[in-house]
Amino acid sequence: MGSSDMADTTISKGFTDRMRRFFDSDIWYSFRRSPVAIVSTGITLVFFLAAAFAPIVAPHNPFDLAAIDIMDSNLPPAWDEFEGDTRFLIGTDDQGRDVLSTIIYGSRISLVVGFASVAFSLVLGVALGLISGYVGGRLDAFIMRVADVQLSFPAILIALLIDGVARSVMPRELHADLAFYVLIFAIGISGWVQYARTVRGSAMVEKSKEYVQAARVIGIRRGTILVRHILPNVTGPVLVIATIHLAIAIITEATLSFLGVGVPPTTPSLGTLIRIGNDFLFSGEWWITIFPGIALVVLVLAVNLMGDWLRDALNPKLR
Amino acid sequence: MKFRNKLLAVAVAAGTALSLGMGAAQAKTFKYAFQGDLQTLDPHGLFETMTLGFQRNIYEGLVIRNDKMEMVGALAESWENTDPTTWRFHLRKGVKFHEGGTLGADDVEFSVKRLSTEGSDMKVVAALISDVKIIDDYTVDLITPSPNPILPLQLEIFYIMDKQWAEEHNSVEATNVKGGDEGNYANLHANGTGPFMVKERQSGVKTVLVRNPDYWGSMTSNLDEVIFTPIDQDATRVAALISGDVDMAYPIPVQDWGRLDDAEGVKPLAGPEARTIFLGFDQLRDELLASNVKGKNPFKDIRVRQAFAAAINLDAIKKKVMRGASVPTGLMVAPQINGFNGDLNEPYAYDPAKAKELLAEAGYPDGFEVTMDCPNNRYVNDERICQAVVGMLAKVGVKIDLLAQPKSKYFGKVLAQNGYDTSFFLLGWTPSTFDSQNPISALMACRGGEDDIGAFNLGGYCNPRINELAAAVQSETDQAKRQAMINEAFKIHKDEVGHLPLHQQPLSWGVSEKADIVQRPDNVFDLRYASIKD
Amino acid sequence: MLGFIVKRMIQSVIVMLTVALIAFALFRYVGDPINNMVGQDTTVEERDELRERLGLNDPFLVQFGRFAWASAKGEFGFSYQHRRPVRDLIAERLPATLELSMVSAVLALAVGIPMGVYTALRRDGFLSRAFMSLSLIGVSLPTFLIGILLILFFGVILRWLPTFGRGDVVDIGWWTTGFLTVSGLKAMIMPSITLALFQMTLIMRLVRAEMLEVLRTDFVKFARARGLPDRSVHFRHALKNTMVPVITITGLQLGSIIAFAIITESVFQWPGMGLMFIQAIGEVDIPIMAAYLVLIALFFVIINLVVDLLYLVVDPRLRVDRATANGQ
Repeated sequence: MGSSDMADTTISKGFTDRMRRFFDSDIWYSFRRSPVAIVSTGITLVFFLAAAFAPIVAPHNPFDLAAIDIMDSNLPPAWDEFEGDTRFLIGTDDQGRDVLSTIIYGSRISLVVGFASVAFSLVLGVALGLISGYVGGRLDAFIMRVADVQLSFPAILIALLIDGVARSVMPRELHADLAFYVLIFAIGISGWVQYARTVRGSAMVEKSKEYVQAARVIGIRRGTILVRHILPNVTGPVLVIATIHLAIAIITEATLSFLGVGVPPTTPSLGTLIRIGNDFLFSGEWWITIFPGIALVVLVLAVNLMGDWLRDALNPKLR
Repeated sequence: MKFRNKLLAVAVAAGTALSLGMGAAQAKTFKYAFQGDLQTLDPHGLFETMTLGFQRNIYEGLVIRNDKMEMVGALAESWENTDPTTWRFHLRKGVKFHEGGTLGADDVEFSVKRLSTEGSDMKVVAALISDVKIIDDYTVDLITPSPNPILPLQLEIFYIMDKQWAEEHNSVEATNVKGGDEGNYANLHANGTGPFMVKERQSGVKTVLVRNPDYWGSMTSNLDEVIFTPIDQDATRVAALISGDVDMAYPIPVQDWGRLDDAEGVKPLAGPEARTIFLGFDQLRDELLASNVKGKNPFKDIRVRQAFAAAINLDAIKKKVMRGASVPTGLMVAPQINGFNGDLNEPYAYDPAKAKELLAEAGYPDGFEVTMDCPNNRYVNDERICQAVVGMLAKVGVKIDLLAQPKSKYFGKVLAQNGYDTSFFLLGWTPSTFDSQNPISALMACRGGEDDIGAFNLGGYCNPRINELAAAVQSETDQAKRQAMINEAFKIHKDEVGHLPLHQQPLSWGVSEKADIVQRPDNVFDLRYASIKD
Repeated sequence: MLGFIVKRMIQSVIVMLTVALIAFALFRYVGDPINNMVGQDTTVEERDELRERLGLNDPFLVQFGRFAWASAKGEFGFSYQHRRPVRDLIAERLPATLELSMVSAVLALAVGIPMGVYTALRRDGFLSRAFMSLSLIGVSLPTFLIGILLILFFGVILRWLPTFGRGDVVDIGWWTTGFLTVSGLKAMIMPSITLALFQMTLIMRLVRAEMLEVLRTDFVKFARARGLPDRSVHFRHALKNTMVPVITITGLQLGSIIAFAIITESVFQWPGMGLMFIQAIGEVDIPIMAAYLVLIALFFVIINLVVDLLYLVVDPRLRVDRATANGQ
């Protein structure tokens, strides 16, 4: 009982400490000084919140089949003087779904796929990188060889293959339920190499430093050394990679949906929406594809700019 | 062949370009695009509309449909029934194949035999003929296993090959999918009697045809050269047409018609296709494969089928999904099909309130759940139609789980070889013979009998009377009696809601205003009737 | 060195076998090929017979073994759709894909390196920031949308460039090239830009980052201190030293370009292997799919090997590293 209380206070104390350190830090200073960073982080946050609270924020539920009406389909944005409908601010798609609502729900799917696959490759990559760098020897050689081979295969082809294999080994019903996770796995698995390489490099450097040697001498376990002493040193670069990777993961999902292996069109991501809208690009119903397209570009751009700024801010040599 | 002296061709083209303006008549080149390629130049390799439709510019059969879809003589000048099971064809004299051979009765006999070789996909056609008798060089008797009043009609897509040419090039057997070392010569080369000859063939990339200067017939076409390119993506195909990179392209997505109207120099060319799109229900199994209703099959209850029919608003599909371009229908065949009966073509009335009542009466006041199979790249806006249907059924309480897949996966799932794995589906059908007997036998008759009858009756709808009628219609020669039997079959099927017809889909072509072409209701593009102005 | 190559060869074979095995597992899901090989009126019995004849009813491992054995001999079987040997088809399509990929790679390098150098030297200049932001927009749009928008703008609205295909090609032996005709060159513009955009951004950012690192090194500082002109410092000293990672990444990305060509080719109807692969997926043309994947794997293996060897040549220090990495 007592110990858990104590743990709580240590955690909260640690947390406030850390917060204070953060606000005193150069990072925070650099952030406040950079309009690009503020705007891009703001945009990302807006997307994130809109996606998280989609059922509250979105004016309609685009997945409620009983509520959508095919007779409402292909309506232009509300400001169109002839056919605009005030119920649908930026128009409806070919099924009569509100485009704004599909974008909000679509961002949710894109972001979930993006974050989950980044998290997956981050954990995998960092773990393998630490082990590889710290343990070294044959294990290191093996992991790096696999990384080499995989690095030369483009993410999109790996994702295609994995999705295909999943479909062939799982029964259809199971696959339909798991399609989402398969996709996350497929996109995630193709990204771990970069994390692993970066972390391995740092681990190898840190390993030989005196404080690690000292920790080892006083009998601290290997795992603890890895997590407590070596891991903190690589958070910066890993964070940078993760941000850029998030943008790439979202785009990869969109590209996969063009090839027909993305998320199913009944629960569309931004990429799926763009693909569906493509059919209407020539017919003058531009809003079906242009608005999701803009949403995707803005989101990915914001994330990328954030990554850019973070990279420069965390690189002491560039200051 | 494929890469025949293109360097030289370029040099010549450059020379021609220089000498332009000398007043010499310019060669008329026509470029067009389709969403896929023909699979083979072999006329007996694949029984499929696009492939046979392209080949008809190169090869010809005994008879042919003209621009008004009337049957006229092609390689046969005339034909008659000498007895109920014998059709006698009198061949046209002096017809030459592209490489110089002369058409004779032995070529017809050879081609019939070639139909039943291992690689042939036209064995169904071969089965129509039990024997061939050569009477003289220009007369041939085709014997049918039973009286067959529509044989000439069924033979329109049976093209004649030069026996000697095939023997010289080791192509006496039809192109086999399994293949050998180098493939069949006739797969990449052609030697027909038609108005155009193959100059270059790169499968999947382009096919170039040139006019046959010695063509036996007269035709309205003024084309000297035709370049055909498959373009898979809809957007790219439409762009190619609008930008003038091709003179004709098909199919054009129906939503792009407005764009073609507005664009300069091109126009949409639309018409009703002879293809009927319909929904079907599994009525055979005691429990549906994919539904939350256990222990019974809701579709066995006619009230459920009627409820579905009343719940679907065909006019909304026409207006919103098909942009006004479809023809809602109540029959399984289109007006162009022999045996069509306008009196039976009234669609089921749209009445969602009644649909709910019927469902409640049948014991499903809150509806039920079922999976729907739908192709997403086979018919015009197929997936969108299914999505609209799903929305409409949701409004009467039926929850549909839509499984829309590319055609390879869709057909792999629902057809016979996979045990008809479907509970509710969308399918389209054009009778290859343009006669009602074909859908009655293939789609409506009880399946599981002999001769593949009912093979495409995916839902297993069954009324033995329809099987009797299908057999009777096949051999009946009296047109009035035959029509009465066709009517009876359609009436039974409609009253029992065996399937749920939606509409005839539109043909959707786009064409340059410089071009003058004829659109056939079976989506075949015949170059005999294509011309282009400067 | 020789031992290293032999070792890599063995690894390569294992990689290729794995790819082939995965590829084969994949085919069972893409659909039933039979329905795409026959017409609507073909009977069920005939369909079954055809499936049997093609050996599609055989156990998975038997089919795989047959395929692996045949492809080891350079035989890739017979395409269901084209009814021709896959070998011929690949020979026909390879030039189109390679020309497109090469032009894109050159484009990406030719634009990416100068832009990278410029943005590194004028870190806070307006143009630098513009380059950096613009290049990000390029990677924030999915390739297929960029392609379609280019077609819409330059093909349909302006009508400057052809909307699809490769234009006229000229034969040089078994190779076909689009470089020798005007229409061939024009047709190359939009697809190569579409394909190059992503790599261009990548290379630009890589060069920038490396340059910034190198410019801070003592070695460059000394060069400056010696009074060497900026031009010489930047290009003779700094740029030269950034080339090792650039070569590596570009080499590795070459494979990526070829793979991404799948999308570019299908948007522009470019008659290369990527388009053939996509069509094969649609029609369940198993022999083509298998051959394509194995071939791509072969490309990657070769590229990897070449990059590793280049490494050894360019930077002798890495020899030691590589040896340790291999546990020797």
